[in-house]
Amino acid sequence: MAVYKQTYKDYEGRRTATWSRFLILMRFSYARLFQSRFLVLFLALCFFYPVGCATLIYLSHNSPALAMLKLQSNALPPIDGTFFYVFCVVQGVLALLLTAFVGPNLVSPDLANGGLALYLSRPFSRTEYVAGKMAVLFVLLSLITWVPGLLLYAIQASCTGWTWIKPNLWLARSLIVGPVLWILLLSLIALALSAWVKWRIAAGACVLGLHFVGAGFAQAINEILRTRKGSLINLGEVIHTIWGSLFDTSRGTDLPVTQAWIVLGVTCVLCLGLLARRIRGFEVVK
Amino acid sequence: MEPVIELAGLSVRFGKREILRDLRAALSGRTLGLLGPNGAGKSTLILTLLGFCPVAGGTAKIFGHDIRHHLRRIRAQIGYMPENDAFIADMTAVTFVRMMGELSGLPAESALERAHEVLFYVGLGEARYRKLGTYSLGMKQMAKLAQALVHGPRLLILDEPTNGLDPSARQRMLRLIRDIRDSGRMHILLCSHLLRDVEETCAEVLILKEGQIVHYSNLEKERSTNKRFVELETSGDEARLADALAQLGCEYTTAGTGRFRMVLPEGFDLREVFRVAAERDLPLRRVSYRRDTLEDIFLKAMEGAPKREESRLGSRI
Repeated sequence: MAVYKQTYKDYEGRRTATWSRFLILMRFSYARLFQSRFLVLFLALCFFYPVGCATLIYLSHNSPALAMLKLQSNALPPIDGTFFYVFCVVQGVLALLLTAFVGPNLVSPDLANGGLALYLSRPFSRTEYVAGKMAVLFVLLSLITWVPGLLLYAIQASCTGWTWIKPNLWLARSLIVGPVLWILLLSLIALALSAWVKWRIAAGACVLGLHFVGAGFAQAINEILRTRKGSLINLGEVIHTIWGSLFDTSRGTDLPVTQAWIVLGVTCVLCLGLLARRIRGFEVVK
Repeated sequence: MEPVIELAGLSVRFGKREILRDLRAALSGRTLGLLGPNGAGKSTLILTLLGFCPVAGGTAKIFGHDIRHHLRRIRAQIGYMPENDAFIADMTAVTFVRMMGELSGLPAESALERAHEVLFYVGLGEARYRKLGTYSLGMKQMAKLAQALVHGPRLLILDEPTNGLDPSARQRMLRLIRDIRDSGRMHILLCSHLLRDVEETCAEVLILKEGQIVHYSNLEKERSTNKRFVELETSGDEARLADALAQLGCEYTTAGTGRFRMVLPEGFDLREVFRVAAERDLPLRRVSYRRDTLEDIFLKAMEGAPKREESRLGSRI
């Protein structure tokens, strides 16, 4: 329609496939998020540690380079489950900080001015909405957790060959499953808090508070009651326990693994419940 | 002609409270006004048609698709302009409308093109690169209309579109609604408590009260049939005059303090009223002819239409 005509015109063109529409939310969310220079800078910082790890792996297989740096090969840590566990812990903390920055911008702007009714009055379900918003965090957090983790694994595999890959194939699985669980947990918590706390800064503070205050309370309960059960409310320790079992390392595993899995499941279900109550086309006024 | 909206015993409950009760109607007009006092269930009916409220009983169909089973197909054909604020503050109007178009299934390029077009159409062409959070109330209303139109729906649902608008903005909004109506490309369901807005834009009116349909009126037909309405005022016994009018077979409503509004049946001689009034010694202070406005229709419905009137209207629906 020509602009000068300014009369209403129908649309009779083709329509896109319904399954792919949740990706539209991801595209528009990224366009908004990456307007922030801080996010771009922080994302760049998140790659420093993986680059350092890649250098370490390279050096551990390069004797001339070690000799040049006057280093002994046994001075470097072995590339095993513990190495990748530490990698996950470091990148996991960065993922948490990134979630606290990105997460609150996802749902709260839609809720703040009643935008949800517009999304859900279209051929677009609540599940697709949540999937679209989760995909934003999933892709972003994947870029700094399991994707560089797998790249490190690939570098180590290319340096050592089949003799290392064969007995360490399980590590690749753990490198995907471990961070994906953490991403899932962080995404659900961030979305649930973003849906219930409309003020973005407060929502971001809640994401961080849930982890750090939870850890503080857990420590206090453990000290006062002389138990380890308090750690069940420390989500960081819960995920470290699961990672410890996945990477077959004894570091940071005070909790029974089964209980850690149960806490993880319950937290995810709780977040889904909170989202289901909040993501609606209209607000129920009681 | 296939009905646009078909209500088949539709009931909606919130907890134990019944909000909509056994609604039955088949509406096929181009523009339908939904009227009713606050709490009558207008917005709930719209939300139910959109699939936001669970159906407690019966069902509703839009373009022949059942709202309980074909929600996605229905929503693809609907453009919805909510009553309250509905926008994303830190998005520009063109990005916002484009995103809504894409979510309705338009390819990215078409959505962008259509976003520009509809924003010009609703009069926001010059402001389309401004963030929605900086818009005035009137502009936000227009942006809401633009997002409802972007994907070319077959049914446009407008919930209080002139809310909070100044007179010129209201006129602009009504002009747009009339223009859309006259384009003949979509049906309009307009929910408003402003009777003038409905009267200016709608051909049919459905009046709700306490979750029930109390009146249906085809304004176009009523205008064309040129019914005569009469206002009477007596200083005598109101009940006796009411009784006399009922005996004459007149449909009437009381407007308080001895005033009556009545519809003259076909071939009815007004002198009959004077005759029965004289017989019963009831002084008539005033007799005046007037056309029934939407306000009258609405007030009559609110007063509670007599049983026979309800059944007659029911058959017309």
